[in-house]
Amino acid sequence: METYTVIVLLLAATIRVATPLLLAALAGMFSERAGIIDLGLEGKMLGAAFAAASVSAVSGSAWLGLGVGVLTAIALSLLLGFACVTHRGNQVVAAVAVNIVVGGLGPTLALAWFSLGGQTPQLDAAGQRFTALIWPWALSAREVPLPGLLYAELLSGHNLVVYLAAVLVPAAAWVLYRTRFGLRLRAVGENPQAVDTAGISVTALRYQAMIISGGLCGVAGTYLSIAASSGFVRDMTAGKGYLALAALIFGKWRPYPTLGACLLFAFTDALAVRLQGVPLPIVGVIPVQFILALPYVLTVLLLAGFVGRAIAPRAIGVPYTKER
Amino acid sequence: MSAIKQLPRWADIFLLPLVGLAAALLLSAGIIALLGESPWQAVKLMIDGALGSQEGIGYSLFYATNFIFTGLAVAVAFHAGLFNIGGEGQAYIGGLGTGLVCLWFSHWPFWVVLPLAVLASAGFGAAWAFLPGLLQAKRGSHIVITTIMFNFIASALMTYLLVNVLVKPGQQSPETREFAQGLWMPFAHEMLGRFGINFTATPLNLAFVLALGAAIFVWIFIWHTRWGYALRVVGQSPAAAVYAGMSPSRITVMAMLLSGALAGGLGLNELMGSQHRILIDFPGGAGFVGIAVALMGRNHPFGILLAAGLFGALYQGGSQLTFDMPRINRDMVVVIQGLVILSCGALENMFRVPLTALLGRPVRAEKEKL
Repeated sequence: METYTVIVLLLAATIRVATPLLLAALAGMFSERAGIIDLGLEGKMLGAAFAAASVSAVSGSAWLGLGVGVLTAIALSLLLGFACVTHRGNQVVAAVAVNIVVGGLGPTLALAWFSLGGQTPQLDAAGQRFTALIWPWALSAREVPLPGLLYAELLSGHNLVVYLAAVLVPAAAWVLYRTRFGLRLRAVGENPQAVDTAGISVTALRYQAMIISGGLCGVAGTYLSIAASSGFVRDMTAGKGYLALAALIFGKWRPYPTLGACLLFAFTDALAVRLQGVPLPIVGVIPVQFILALPYVLTVLLLAGFVGRAIAPRAIGVPYTKER
Repeated sequence: MSAIKQLPRWADIFLLPLVGLAAALLLSAGIIALLGESPWQAVKLMIDGALGSQEGIGYSLFYATNFIFTGLAVAVAFHAGLFNIGGEGQAYIGGLGTGLVCLWFSHWPFWVVLPLAVLASAGFGAAWAFLPGLLQAKRGSHIVITTIMFNFIASALMTYLLVNVLVKPGQQSPETREFAQGLWMPFAHEMLGRFGINFTATPLNLAFVLALGAAIFVWIFIWHTRWGYALRVVGQSPAAAVYAGMSPSRITVMAMLLSGALAGGLGLNELMGSQHRILIDFPGGAGFVGIAVALMGRNHPFGILLAAGLFGALYQGGSQLTFDMPRINRDMVVVIQGLVILSCGALENMFRVPLTALLGRPVRAEKEKL
């Protein structure tokens, strides 16, 4: 029964780690499907994490934090759009710039506003965070091993954002594949000339994609600072934006495979924590760093075409110029 | 049809980056004012901190040395049409090479170890850039993504090595033992002292001269050798390169090898020159500053020297700011650096279009072809 409990707890940890990855990867799916390389996921998440924690600390409302976090990420996303769509700047350069600016601005503002050495205050009052929602009878269900523990740990006991992320996967799939907007969005990432010829604005579509991407990154960043932890700390995204991008590529820019990739990457993360210094049969102690590097190695292998083939949207990274 | 106008060369090379820099500094001043400090005072403190004393100048040039290496790395790849944002990882692994040489050859004379250390730093850095380059050339894997992934893999690998393999026995923090003192890069104040010139003790060291040498090497390589020519042709038009009998995939790999080798030079300054041991995350973001430096410096070694000097001064001035203005910390420098990348790189066209309208001249027909 011991092993069984460990596995259930490992899966529960996987879900918690996967949530921000999934939200950011879905965000990237919209912008990349529209033809914009979204390395800015990292910065947008970090900006939202800072804004949400600050607002929640001052106002005492997690919901207000979420709102401002989302707006901040959308603003950053629009800035990227302004550079890449309106001024046809290099998308990678723009994203790197935004990531660096946000990485410095968060701690700078936090120091000026809260004087806590670049952090935001601890959020411990009621309502300042999104805390775990305990489903009915979860506590008593824990006593029943097989279905009970699964119910108590896997289904119940997560915060609102986790459930939101789960719902967003089919929602994103529906928008992308079953709506007119989704069709146009995919078209603008493959062949913007054709979209333009059909009389639809490439610029408007790409801006819409950036707004959606910003909104989702906003939720992801908010999750990091006021749901998964209680406050903003310097560089708290710690590469999750890039990992999300890797998951998106690993999921071949499609919603359900991306979900799978996020769960896989999150599982390796949870496993690494669990296996820290624990000797395994036959192989002995596996260094944690090797497990943590696995998602990046897998992504490189995929990009190299050794594990399946990842085909990017054809117009990705190319600013659109109307013919004179 | 209206005539297509083009910026004059001087404006393209000098005015455009300066306008971008000015915009970034104005924005930064706005942020400093928002934080409740006087921007004017901040500028004075920064200039004074960076250039007002021998100590300031020494530290500024010490930081600049790192940025010259990483800036050149980004620029060489840029000329081949590649965006190498893996400078951070390549510098990290390059430093491993420097460090291993210094740890292995503890008792050898400095002037024998130095060339070995240079070779090792370049070799390790190049090796880390080799796979992304090869995968881009042969399999079409997007180099931006693969180099990012390699940054994270480098970080995991180095953490593993420092925690489990190279750590000095009986020590808590993951770092190696100190290099033998005979293998430290000679400091600038020591070298100048030998000629009777007094200079305050700073971490500025011989690696600065090596960085200048690397800049000259890059200048000769890119503009005065056939390989450099091939590299630029591939960057401009891979199709034309194929037509001219060049192999774009070989040039791509070569450019990445050179780029990684240059990034690896950071270890010579940071480890052999200052820290005297290998420690966690010693590149400290210099790989990304390299992007800003290359953009500001227009991918030309001379421009990169100027831009690296500017960023070195910014770093040193920024730490001065932290002492004197309690509401500002070092992160403000990171903000300024990001804003420079934004305005000089991503938003370049925003300034280019009005400047061209103002100063542009119609392009002659034969020029238009190139």
